Amino acid sequence: MNNANRETLLSIKDLEITFGSGKSKFVAVQDVNFDIFKGEIFSLVGESGSGKTTIGRAVLGINPTSKGEIIFEGKQINGKISSKEKFQIERKIQMIFQDPSASLNERATVDYIISEGLYNYKLFKTEDERLNKVREMLEAVGLLPEQLYRYPHEFSGGQRQRIGIARALIMNPDLVVADEPISALDMSIRAQVLNLLKKFQREQGVTFLFVAHDLSVVRYISDRIAVIRAGKILELAETEELFKNPIHPYTKSLLSAIPIPDPQIARSRKNIIYNPNMHDYSIEKPEFREIRTGHFVYCSDSEAIEYKKNIKD
Amino acid sequence: MVSEGNILEVKNLNVSFRVRGSEIEAIHDISLDLREHETLAIVGESGSGKSVLTKTFTGMLETNGRISQGTVDYKNSRLSDLKLNKQWTKIRGKEIATIFQDPMTSLDPIHTIGSQISEVVVKHQGKTKKEAKKIAIDLMKKTGIPNAEKRYNEYPFEYSGGMRQRIVIAIALACRPEVLICDEPTTALDVTIQAQILDLIKDLQQEYQFTIIFITHDLGVVASIADRIAVMYSGRIVEIGTCEEIFYDSRHPYTWSLLSSLPQLARKGEDLKSIPGTPPSLYKKIEGDAFAPRNQYAMGVDFKAEPPMFKVTDTHYAKTWLLDKRAPKVEKPELIQNLHQHMIEMTKEDN
Repeated sequence: MNNANRETLLSIKDLEITFGSGKSKFVAVQDVNFDIFKGEIFSLVGESGSGKTTIGRAVLGINPTSKGEIIFEGKQINGKISSKEKFQIERKIQMIFQDPSASLNERATVDYIISEGLYNYKLFKTEDERLNKVREMLEAVGLLPEQLYRYPHEFSGGQRQRIGIARALIMNPDLVVADEPISALDMSIRAQVLNLLKKFQREQGVTFLFVAHDLSVVRYISDRIAVIRAGKILELAETEELFKNPIHPYTKSLLSAIPIPDPQIARSRKNIIYNPNMHDYSIEKPEFREIRTGHFVYCSDSEAIEYKKNIKD
Repeated sequence: MVSEGNILEVKNLNVSFRVRGSEIEAIHDISLDLREHETLAIVGESGSGKSVLTKTFTGMLETNGRISQGTVDYKNSRLSDLKLNKQWTKIRGKEIATIFQDPMTSLDPIHTIGSQISEVVVKHQGKTKKEAKKIAIDLMKKTGIPNAEKRYNEYPFEYSGGMRQRIVIAIALACRPEVLICDEPTTALDVTIQAQILDLIKDLQQEYQFTIIFITHDLGVVASIADRIAVMYSGRIVEIGTCEEIFYDSRHPYTWSLLSSLPQLARKGEDLKSIPGTPPSLYKKIEGDAFAPRNQYAMGVDFKAEPPMFKVTDTHYAKTWLLDKRAPKVEKPELIQNLHQHMIEMTKEDN
């Protein structure tokens, strides 16, 4: 795919996010650069603590950034922006949160939770229209209409997550930051939800920033994948390219941890454990470089030469 | 009394809960043998009753739940007859221990990691505090905690999720249980950590020779660890067999759907195979086969009569009318017909 011709929806430049100050200052995200094209599903993959959620939250303006730019539809959205602009952006960028029990109002009915955004932005004309929208959405995420007037505590974790998805997608957003949206779901429902997200991408052109730790899921859903560890992006490529030619040793270790649904292969397979001390960056400083078209790796000069030798076509 | 070679036997078990004035059935007519030293995986979606089933083994059913029919036997004791907490404390932890999904809520945030392990050693093994500390540090090392002596005095918040789960495993092992119930032990963890914890559980089983019941909703996870797999749906065991039989030769349409919906088998550009609809509401009485409304192979009989467990081999049983002599012959979905071949190709491609 020729990336030059694709329209960029979100662009992140030299992003740095820190927490605390002085001695207790902690750099959670550093030197992060990537573009998300319109209509694609872009995945950020890493372990917990890698900073993937932090980046997602920065895009929504929940986490303040300390350096760099976040550009959405050509306009900078981090730092100081007017409250009117912020209000508009908040509708266009929706989030599906990781923890469905903490992100739903325990004292509101499902009906209200899903409708809240519609109320805030007055996105319906009649009460019937609102109810229809909510009912359709409820069904689309695999819940039953009889559950409309129940409260979040009456649902299982998986069902609560589906309420969270319904609440985000009912707003017709341009970009959805989906933070581990299916890790709490069952296998059969997981597939339904992934198909649902894909459907929204395909039919309504919704762009997704998909944050996850499970590469097997990400492989199926994403167009491009960025692997992040300790606040830095280590590798970025189109999905099939990343699986065919994983370059960074950390990516390889992530790939080796994907559970294989086949007893004979699974029993004989060895885990690759990544040791971050294997790189010697004392003399040569590492950079994020393009090893081949569209495939970026964080490495030093000599590593880049080594990596290029092992690329398969 | 359980039969030779078995450690736990469940016979025709029904468990029901009293909810909002009505009785709902969470476990329906389950019979199951657990063999000594094996790893049995119980796979099912949330609400399928997999946790409820194992809670009857440790007397931890919620107060509104009760065994309404059937028996649970462990070695020489009939667990389903135990009433008093005093009787259960002899079983719970000591004989049958459980590791839960969330390692944060199963640890006490205001006590050091070390004291939580040695407390158990003092109580269950009758050691002195000093001896217990030594055993605790030893267990920490066995479960892969680096720098165990120093980390003995740290608190749970200073540990990562994966490390905490290792501690929970260490505490469970401190009681020297015969049976270890792992209730979704890796669901809250990252894939890389998940792989390490699975390896750890396998290694520890080699060393301590306990029997494992591994509860999960993810069929993909258990391929490397299970000897046998029981698939549960809506309070019933719908298929049970060896790991190979379930992955390569499954017979129940629900197992087919679970396998087909694995993202590892997905083909780019096609929708993931999903199961239409949702599991049945337990408030209504289930007529016939519980999976029938979501089953594309359902026949008329599926809506009327509950299928029995049909025998496929000595180790393999499935609860579906498709195995009846009169049923039409149905091929399993194409996607999982050559699962082994497909996985070989995929793993080769990814080196």
